Amino acid sequence: MVIAQVPEIRFNQSQLLTEPDLPGERPSAQPAQQEASAIRSFLLARGNSAWADRGFHWLMVLCALSIFGIVVLIATELVARSRIAWGAFGLDFFYKAFIDTYTGKPMYWDPVNGHFSALPFLYGTLVSSFLALLLAVPLAIGVAVFLTEMCPGFLRAPLAFITELLAAIPSVIYGLWAVFVLVPLLREYINPALIKSFGWTGFFSNDNPTGLGFLTAGVILAIMILPIISSLTREVMTAVPSSQREAVLALGATRWEMIRMGVLRNARIGIVGAVILGLGRALGETMAVAMVIGNSPEIQRSLLANGSTMSAVIANEFAEASSDLHLSALMELGLALFIVTIIVNAIARMLVWMVTRGTPSSVH
Amino acid sequence: MGVGIEVANLNAWYGTNHTLQDIDLNIPANHATALIGPSGCGKSTFVRCLNRMHETNPIARVTGTVLIGGLDIYADAKPVEIRRRVGMVFQRPNPFPTMSIYDNVAAGLKLNGYSNHHVLDEIVEKSLKNSALWEEVKDDLKKKSGASLSGGQQQRLCIARALAVDPEVLLMDEPASALDPVSTSKIEDLIFQLKSQYTIVIVTHNMQQAARVAEKTGFFLNGRMVEFDSTHKIFTNPSDKRTEDYITGRFG
Repeated sequence: MVIAQVPEIRFNQSQLLTEPDLPGERPSAQPAQQEASAIRSFLLARGNSAWADRGFHWLMVLCALSIFGIVVLIATELVARSRIAWGAFGLDFFYKAFIDTYTGKPMYWDPVNGHFSALPFLYGTLVSSFLALLLAVPLAIGVAVFLTEMCPGFLRAPLAFITELLAAIPSVIYGLWAVFVLVPLLREYINPALIKSFGWTGFFSNDNPTGLGFLTAGVILAIMILPIISSLTREVMTAVPSSQREAVLALGATRWEMIRMGVLRNARIGIVGAVILGLGRALGETMAVAMVIGNSPEIQRSLLANGSTMSAVIANEFAEASSDLHLSALMELGLALFIVTIIVNAIARMLVWMVTRGTPSSVH
Repeated sequence: MGVGIEVANLNAWYGTNHTLQDIDLNIPANHATALIGPSGCGKSTFVRCLNRMHETNPIARVTGTVLIGGLDIYADAKPVEIRRRVGMVFQRPNPFPTMSIYDNVAAGLKLNGYSNHHVLDEIVEKSLKNSALWEEVKDDLKKKSGASLSGGQQQRLCIARALAVDPEVLLMDEPASALDPVSTSKIEDLIFQLKSQYTIVIVTHNMQQAARVAEKTGFFLNGRMVEFDSTHKIFTNPSDKRTEDYITGRFG
């Protein structure tokens, strides 16, 4: 439908280039006039570059679409490869155990007899991740509060830089450090102390002398997710306008009250987002965890016991998977992990975005 | 009841910038005092020195004495104590967006550990009535957030928040400069009513506003106070040539 008639504009070259018919002598401005004409004719001859522009446009669209393409490819591959395990176990895969015929005890992961259940890995992933959050969140918020509200200027940039540098260290190096420093430390000093003080709760039992286990994995994960939580928390805290801080101060608040009421309260949605993003990282973290969790497919109440996670078992077993069913079960674990981490990350990003770019008025 | 403010030899710096130079001034109790002057003349810095907000910026510095009701706020009191007695309303309305209207008004009291709900209810109602906002918000006190109000309502909410702690002095730093004319006139009416109970110091860009609400007016220029006198005298027969030039619109 034509909404308005747009008059067609047509440049007539001969019209544009004709010189004005001035009376009297021709001025010496002749060369300048000639130059201007040359530029005009050059520009007029250049065309509208529409073809190159369209090409560029589609190239960029292709680049953007490749991201979707990769996600879709991964998802379809995981779905296709996990079909055998899905066919064999269905939903039971995620919550049922098998009873070992010799010992009468529950068994979860028995490649020799072809019994596979994701339960101990789900358990291990959740327990180690939540332990990590428990340890990392208070520390990360403390770091962020210090950096945004009380850090002297000369210390702020180096501290922020080091915090973010922690995120750049490869996960296998964290694992190595954990094996040689953290594990002996826990084994010799911390675990015995925990057993002595809190052994009665059942969460710290004495039957694993290695120093490996859920707690060790939780501690190393906490160190690994600390930078992302603290840097995002810092970002959302910085986004709180200074007028909010002044409003609280003007009411006679101390510095801590100002931080609590003027900053943390306004940034809380974003902080929750940062924490969930940290959770997303902890859920998927593989190498360091595989090195310290003990890698045994069991569900135990004690945090000092050996366990395993979804990502650790995939990394440990995919190369030596003996049967199609075994491989397919690993793929199904991967699919579950893929879906969970995508959802967790999406929620986290959305919450952070709401605080840093959305309107605070929608926050209740 | 409000108290008087005596300022002697007040100097303030912002980094290396000497923003206030040798200010001497007596602000009378239970009156409105207006501070006028061109942008950057130091009038905002001056009011921020009266509740020690100026020094919250790490590069800021203050010397001199300020007596509020006889108390030397720089020598004999902590900033936190001063700010409980000296309320402040800022240029841009800054209600707490994550709190309800009720909690916004009660914020100052809750912050200081006041938790008697019966008394809180009364204070919130009284403060909102004093700030002429009660009729507009009484039905959604706890339902709506402070940020859901209009700009003018938000500023009156901020005034209510400042009044709830029953301050002796109320500082207003261009309280109407971000508001439309209708909201501005409501704020001015409010100042007119409140000045019998509180000592009000109002910074304004708007000379008509100073003339309408204040008994006393001070004219600031380049970090110095040029003239301080009754509003009537400042606007009809100023003693200083620079004041006259500013009032008549020759600069600023």
